[in-house]
Amino acid sequence: MILFIRRIYAMILRHIYLFMVSWPRVLELIYWPFLNMVLWAFMSKFLAQNSNFFLLASGVLIASVIMWDTLFRGQLGVTLSFIEELWSRNLGNIAVSPLKPIELILSLIVASLIRTIIGVGGAGLAAYFLFDFQIPSYGLGFILFFINLIVMGWSLGLAICALLIRFGLSAETFAWAALFFIQPLCGVFYPISILPEWLQPVSMLIPATYIFEGMRLTFFDGIFQVDLLLKACFINLIYIFIGVSLLLYSYSFAKKKGLLLGNAE
Amino acid sequence: MSNHKIMNTPLDTVVSVENVSKNYGEIKAVNNISFTIEKSHTLGLLGSNGAGKTTIIMMLMGILKSSSGKINILNKNIYKFRNQISKEINFASPFVELPHKLTVLQNLTVFGHIYGVKNLSYKIEKLAQDLDIKDLLKRRVGRLSAGQKTRVSIAKSLINDPKILFLDEPTASLDPDHADWIRTYLEHYKNISGATFIIASHNMPEVERMCNNVIMMGRGKVIDQGTPSDLIKRYKRNNLEQVFLQLARNDRV
Repeated sequence: MILFIRRIYAMILRHIYLFMVSWPRVLELIYWPFLNMVLWAFMSKFLAQNSNFFLLASGVLIASVIMWDTLFRGQLGVTLSFIEELWSRNLGNIAVSPLKPIELILSLIVASLIRTIIGVGGAGLAAYFLFDFQIPSYGLGFILFFINLIVMGWSLGLAICALLIRFGLSAETFAWAALFFIQPLCGVFYPISILPEWLQPVSMLIPATYIFEGMRLTFFDGIFQVDLLLKACFINLIYIFIGVSLLLYSYSFAKKKGLLLGNAE
Repeated sequence: MSNHKIMNTPLDTVVSVENVSKNYGEIKAVNNISFTIEKSHTLGLLGSNGAGKTTIIMMLMGILKSSSGKINILNKNIYKFRNQISKEINFASPFVELPHKLTVLQNLTVFGHIYGVKNLSYKIEKLAQDLDIKDLLKRRVGRLSAGQKTRVSIAKSLINDPKILFLDEPTASLDPDHADWIRTYLEHYKNISGATFIIASHNMPEVERMCNNVIMMGRGKVIDQGTPSDLIKRYKRNNLEQVFLQLARNDRV
């Protein structure tokens, strides 16, 4: 096996081992997305019975919540996988080892993908079997929507990891809270035209805005608007570049300040 | 009395530190130090808390950038060739732990892959036998005693047969029996492998027993250096602990 792949594999194995010995972690992955989905599925059912608007777009709320969870779990997957190293005081061992920062980033991304598939996949299957939820046609388009959301989650997750390297576990709150700051702006459950006019340009800077807009269009109008997807892809490229750069910069900063071992005299 | 050099031939030198300083703003954590270490030797870094021992070890491992000076490990600049050098070195410290939730075997497997170890299963089995951790392989690291954790940490640090091993207080918090066991094992390992050890420690008998050379540090500077017996003779003391106390108190004054 090529050595750099073996090193990334080792770090992924580390997270798989963690799941194998810690079932509460796996349960937690599935629990929140599932609960969220169930809550919104009932809400959706209730609204569909009382409103023609929701009857027309049955499933839009479930889709919103599953897609939001994809974004959230993508970010959390990267951040929590990194926090595990801080919790276990293992970062020093990793820093001394031949694992390169870029390999660490790739392993965090793969670990996040696994976490997201387990968490959101479980909720998606439950939505299908329990609430007869089906995404409209444009299956490939929807897959691209999901990919964009998870990539945005990774970008944000990497930026938060950069903060964790710089400020240690005191920045842990960002792991849980950062995305909720963005939630009202990217129109998860409503079109961004609802936002005050001065705030709308800000929401246009967020890739998820285009994805949620695009998702609603397919549900309400049966239209798959490629330009929305392309805009999201373009901004996401910038985001992932910024996320990776921030983490690499932070790692290099930690090397100057002696933050990697955490116990420098 | 700073910037002493232990003379040796360049070919035998595996660590070379030249006029290295590390500043954190106004604070000089390490102030213009130089030394070399020969192959298969053990160097002890001694000094009070805050003397700069761990800072030096971090710089030698390439995870802390020096503010000035040159560090060569295995005849290569540590900052330019860290990726290559990191495969040849390893590190153990009771202050840097292995993931608690993972078993000993899982931890050794993960680090074995990271270091690209060939015949990993055989290597783990051999280390487990040598370090008497065979019965611990299926146990979680978080449930081990301090002595067991130290042995596991040493196993991790030897997984890649390092040419240079950095040990930060390797026997801290161990009872005398366990500490002696670890020292005996490390000495045995050094004799058969020819590895070079760099030990930061506050345990003077340990340093006296294990180290060929000692560097006494104070406030980021080398106060003195030499073999343990030379230092004891030079300061007309009975043991290294008395030498340390004299130097540390002089430095404070």
